[in-house]
Amino acid sequence: MAEFVSLADAIAASVFDGDAVAMEGFTHLIPFAAGHEVIRQERRDLTLIRMTPDVIYDQLIGAGCASRLIFSWGGNPGVGSLHRFRDAVENGWPSPLLLEEHRHAGMANRYVAGASGVPFAVLRGYRGTGLENLPGLDGQPTVKPITCPFTGETLTAVAALRPDVTIIHAQQADRAGNVQLWGIVGVQKEAVLAASRAVVTVEEIVDRLTPQPGAVVLPAWTVDYIACVPGGSHPSYALGYSQRDNDFYVAWDAISRDRERFGQWLKSDVQGPARPAADAGAVLTGAGNAVGASSRSAGDAWGGTA
Amino acid sequence: MTGTPRQVSSLVPDDTQDTAYTSDEMMTVCASRALRDGMTCFVGIGLPSTAANLARATHAPNLVLIYESGTIGAKPAWLPLSIGDGVLAETADAVVSVPEIFNYWLQPGRIDVGFLGAAQLDRFGNINTTVIGPSYDQPKVRLPGAGGAPEIAASCREVIIVIRQSTRSLVERVDFITSVGYGDGAGYRERLGLTGAGPRKVITDLGVMEPDPVSRELTLTGIFPGVAVADVAARTGWDLAVSAHLQVLTPPSDAELAAVRALQARIPEGAGS
Repeated sequence: MAEFVSLADAIAASVFDGDAVAMEGFTHLIPFAAGHEVIRQERRDLTLIRMTPDVIYDQLIGAGCASRLIFSWGGNPGVGSLHRFRDAVENGWPSPLLLEEHRHAGMANRYVAGASGVPFAVLRGYRGTGLENLPGLDGQPTVKPITCPFTGETLTAVAALRPDVTIIHAQQADRAGNVQLWGIVGVQKEAVLAASRAVVTVEEIVDRLTPQPGAVVLPAWTVDYIACVPGGSHPSYALGYSQRDNDFYVAWDAISRDRERFGQWLKSDVQGPARPAADAGAVLTGAGNAVGASSRSAGDAWGGTA
Repeated sequence: MTGTPRQVSSLVPDDTQDTAYTSDEMMTVCASRALRDGMTCFVGIGLPSTAANLARATHAPNLVLIYESGTIGAKPAWLPLSIGDGVLAETADAVVSVPEIFNYWLQPGRIDVGFLGAAQLDRFGNINTTVIGPSYDQPKVRLPGAGGAPEIAASCREVIIVIRQSTRSLVERVDFITSVGYGDGAGYRERLGLTGAGPRKVITDLGVMEPDPVSRELTLTGIFPGVAVADVAARTGWDLAVSAHLQVLTPPSDAELAAVRALQARIPEGAGS
């Protein structure tokens, strides 16, 4: 059952060295503040899982948190390369990064299998491509041909993903801990249900969830920890609350290109005084604290009972 | 759009006087013309997104734009930077999950046309966006990877590829097959059971290549005004076949240029304040 805690407590209680961690959000609702908290708590040797590593995993990789990555597209969307990811793969800096590489359809179906409690999912695809033969992290294949028992057709099986912990950002939780997200909902539902533990950061906590078109609702008993972190997806966004900070994504190219400049950014913006208000989730959890960062929720936000 | 548009006014014949256009604009217009009204179109970011939105703003108002973030029927008023910008979700007919966009929409062959880019492309239209260099484990350049491209290449009814022409990008053999074109030639897609027809057009900054109907080898069928066949051959990494019916493509009209420039000038609502 979902427990309301500070962001720092949520990460401390759920992410451990060596874990397989999925932070999902397809361009939208990426849990950046939680990623920064993982960096601050200096987790190491993580297996990071995510369809699009995006800037969030570029930061975690550059900060030295990861030794393995399971993914399907590692770029800065609309901008170009992920330089910290490339530096790790091409030069082993700050440490080598072992890859388990898939494609979006494969990753999505691997989460579906994990959420469904079956060992694999079936799809068309992979045939004729180099991705068909790449080994998984343990050297064993995670893609294999499979024969349809009804038609005899050859299809492709992909191994289930079962993260130790999945972390997502959502728009709202109610006071009972039910979580609602809407807009581009990505693969978050599957990633949460596939994982052993789930952490959700939310824009606001409301008395009652108002149904939204196309929303995903995660019942409270599917989530372990909820932290109220308004703006917690910046520079990604939360539909209805914020806009994607495209300027930051463009600026990241220069920040991340150079090891030293990245290091300075890490010190000032994640560990140091310039860190965004959203990262300081802990201060928002005291009973009665107003959530100033979220103009639309200032009156009725509630930080929980940590 | 990647990079700064390069002026190619030197390639434009003198008699077109003040209608100079960039190679990006010519590529965008050319890609836009390949889309017919009412089609369903799987759109990637950058030039494909500009081309699809240009088509929707000009000759194909009923074009259905689908982005892999799950936004079906998006009608953005400005060009998004990412496939998941809010404007896509807010204007879409439907927003579906990522497993659904791939399993229910792309895989069964419901989408008419998919747009793809490539870091490397070979003579049979196979695409590499994974690694440059002979070794996967020790790549010279680590590229972003597959994303949704392999499924688009396999399952859209047809595919349009957009790529800048050079001997580094158009190669005899790709270093890694991320997305299948025609494999090693005729019959390859059929043997693999791929349901889509494969690449119908490759649009470069010099012209257009189309697969030979028999061999499936990419063949130069169109060149932009002012471009010589020898220029194209010199910037192709294989012995380029040229169609007997080679056409000089119509340059962008004033209306097309005005529309594409207006699209690119449009600022997102709420930005820049």
